[in-house]
Amino acid sequence: MARKITYQQAINEALDQEMTRDPSVIVMGEDVAGGAGSPGEDDAWGGVLGVTKGLYAKHPGRVMDTPISESGYIGAAVGAACNGLRPVAELMFIDFMGVCFDQIFNQAAKFRYMFGGKAKTPVVIRAMYGAGFRAAAQHSQCLYNMFTHVPGLKVVVPSNPYDAKGLLIQSIRDNDPVIFLEHKALYTMEGDVPAESYIVPFGEAAVVQEGDDVTIVAIGRMVNYAKEAAANLRKKGIQCEIIDPRTTSPLDTDTILESVERTGRLVVVDESSPRCSMASDISGFIAQEAFGALKAPIQMVTAPHVPVPFAASLEDLYIPSPARIEEAVMKVKEYR
Amino acid sequence: MTSPLNREALLQAYRTMRIIRDFEERVHVDFATGEIPGFVHLYAGEEASATGICMHLNRKDYIASTHRGHGHCIAKGVDPVSMMAEIWGKATGTCKGKGGSMHIADLEVGMLGANGIVGGGGPLICGTALASKIRGENNVGVCFFGDGASNQGTIFEAMNLASVWKLPVIFVAENNGYAEATSSNFSVAVDNIADRASAFGMPGVIVDGFDFFAVYEAAGEAIKRAREGHGPTLLEVKLSRYYGHFEGDQQTYRAPGEVQKLRETKDCLMQFAKRVTSRGELSAADIEAIDAEVKAMIDASVVKAKADPLPAPSELMTDVYVSY
Ligand SMILES: Cc1ncc(C[n+]2csc(CCOP(=O)(O)OP(=O)(O)O)c2C)c(N)n1
Ligand SMILES: [Mg+2]
Repeated sequence: MARKITYQQAINEALDQEMTRDPSVIVMGEDVAGGAGSPGEDDAWGGVLGVTKGLYAKHPGRVMDTPISESGYIGAAVGAACNGLRPVAELMFIDFMGVCFDQIFNQAAKFRYMFGGKAKTPVVIRAMYGAGFRAAAQHSQCLYNMFTHVPGLKVVVPSNPYDAKGLLIQSIRDNDPVIFLEHKALYTMEGDVPAESYIVPFGEAAVVQEGDDVTIVAIGRMVNYAKEAAANLRKKGIQCEIIDPRTTSPLDTDTILESVERTGRLVVVDESSPRCSMASDISGFIAQEAFGALKAPIQMVTAPHVPVPFAASLEDLYIPSPARIEEAVMKVKEYR
Repeated sequence: MTSPLNREALLQAYRTMRIIRDFEERVHVDFATGEIPGFVHLYAGEEASATGICMHLNRKDYIASTHRGHGHCIAKGVDPVSMMAEIWGKATGTCKGKGGSMHIADLEVGMLGANGIVGGGGPLICGTALASKIRGENNVGVCFFGDGASNQGTIFEAMNLASVWKLPVIFVAENNGYAEATSSNFSVAVDNIADRASAFGMPGVIVDGFDFFAVYEAAGEAIKRAREGHGPTLLEVKLSRYYGHFEGDQQTYRAPGEVQKLRETKDCLMQFAKRVTSRGELSAADIEAIDAEVKAMIDASVVKAKADPLPAPSELMTDVYVSY
């Protein structure tokens, strides 16, 4: 039975259901309970924005606050995954990957291959990403492209509550290391989510809406901006097809390719800065595989090549907007 | 023994602590109205630490700060008026509105930046100290970090490096008992952060962070030692933060009345004023004059910050590189 819950509640529910189903699932991170050793409430925070609130009481001993030692506990999650647990480790802000990246990209990501297919590392690293909170340069980055670049990691970027729940359950059951990224601006987004457990498979893009004029591929929060832009464009008689890859690794290139071969026009919307981004990755792929089908140069709508600024006036300019998506669509549409 | 403070120094100490306190309490009030953007972590309650330490420093000495950095900035000589504008995200801010509360920096006065990454400052301050040492200057570096940050690998690595290279660094662990909602009783495996000093071959000193004079004294020793080429010290300052981890924190992890009791019995400004007036070193009128002057200055800084312009759109693309 589906009811409306938020993205944040969907994530909490996925964790709760998987912890109930499988005793090998544990949750760890800084303040995921929030209150370790403190005189007041044990579960005072439930994560810095309350996403894991309530799990501590429901799953005694399996929701663990950690010291601020990301290399230590992210690495420990990886090791525990090698030894039969299914840890979900929370990195809080994805920007903190800088502190512990070795444990992720040299260790977790490479075990399977280096060890000749003998290792299995079913760890999930959850973190929030994205701009829009006036949180400045060290708390607002996207960085999914960095993880996508690394063979051995799977990277998940849900754009709505339904996908968040199904993809997180799949992430926990998946036998490879998964980076699960939650856009902080989406936590309060509501949507229909079944109460029962279900999975959304990796590597299967969602066709959010169909259209024959222009293909828009958008990542994470940008899917919603693409929808806004598409609604305006429809009034001008332009039908956009919106594709949400849902996972950037694996990437469902078939769905993107099929769409662009039909529309001949592609706009890629990516909140991160443009160099070596998902936007350039998808654009490069289409340029190589569907050159003959293209009726216009591909347009990338991205943030500029700068760190995320603090001031409201600058951050609002930094983030790709529905208006910029519309402009890019008009450009590819009017090209010839 | 550090030499006793003269009248001028006492006035300066009180004034600095008062600026920090009033600055933070004003930001607390304005944040609640929703006008201040982003994440803000207040230093109120901890003033004696930044002040007692930075009073020994000159502009060429560097400090590395934390997400809770306003107090360190003010004590190191960053202009509070430009800081207020920065926190409000205005073009006139210390960093042109590009960094905000968590990234205030002013290299001209030796302030290497507040830091959004917990534990980020330790290695950096080893670098400023190394530069000073290589040039044969006697400047020091001070790294402020919290009890939570004390568990970060970067801090351990920095302490070892500073000892190995005999760098003029003072590691200041500001132990306010909590890292977000997590108690240092849980997160720190030893009784005192200072106990870790021996593992890195440096002295470890514990000091009462509510007592300006105790901090001033202990910091004086450590900084002298560093300037004279005897290497790093770990100073653990035990104190408390008066507000939540960040503005908006409900603090249900704390014991009820915890802060109120400290404010009433141990507050650093209260203790300082009591001591200097009872000894006749400063008069009640001296204290009141500073209180009034600082209040007016903070009020004016907010009026100005509110009226100041937002950064112009063209600023988005500037300052990424020196040249490109
Ligand atoms: C690398 C990193 N991990 C986690 C955080 C999130 N965070 C910000 S402040 C903080 C607590 C810091 O506690 P402490 O060092 O004791 O400083 P205090 O806030 O008490 O001044 C945490 C976990 C961060 N900013 N950077
Ligand atoms: Mg602390």
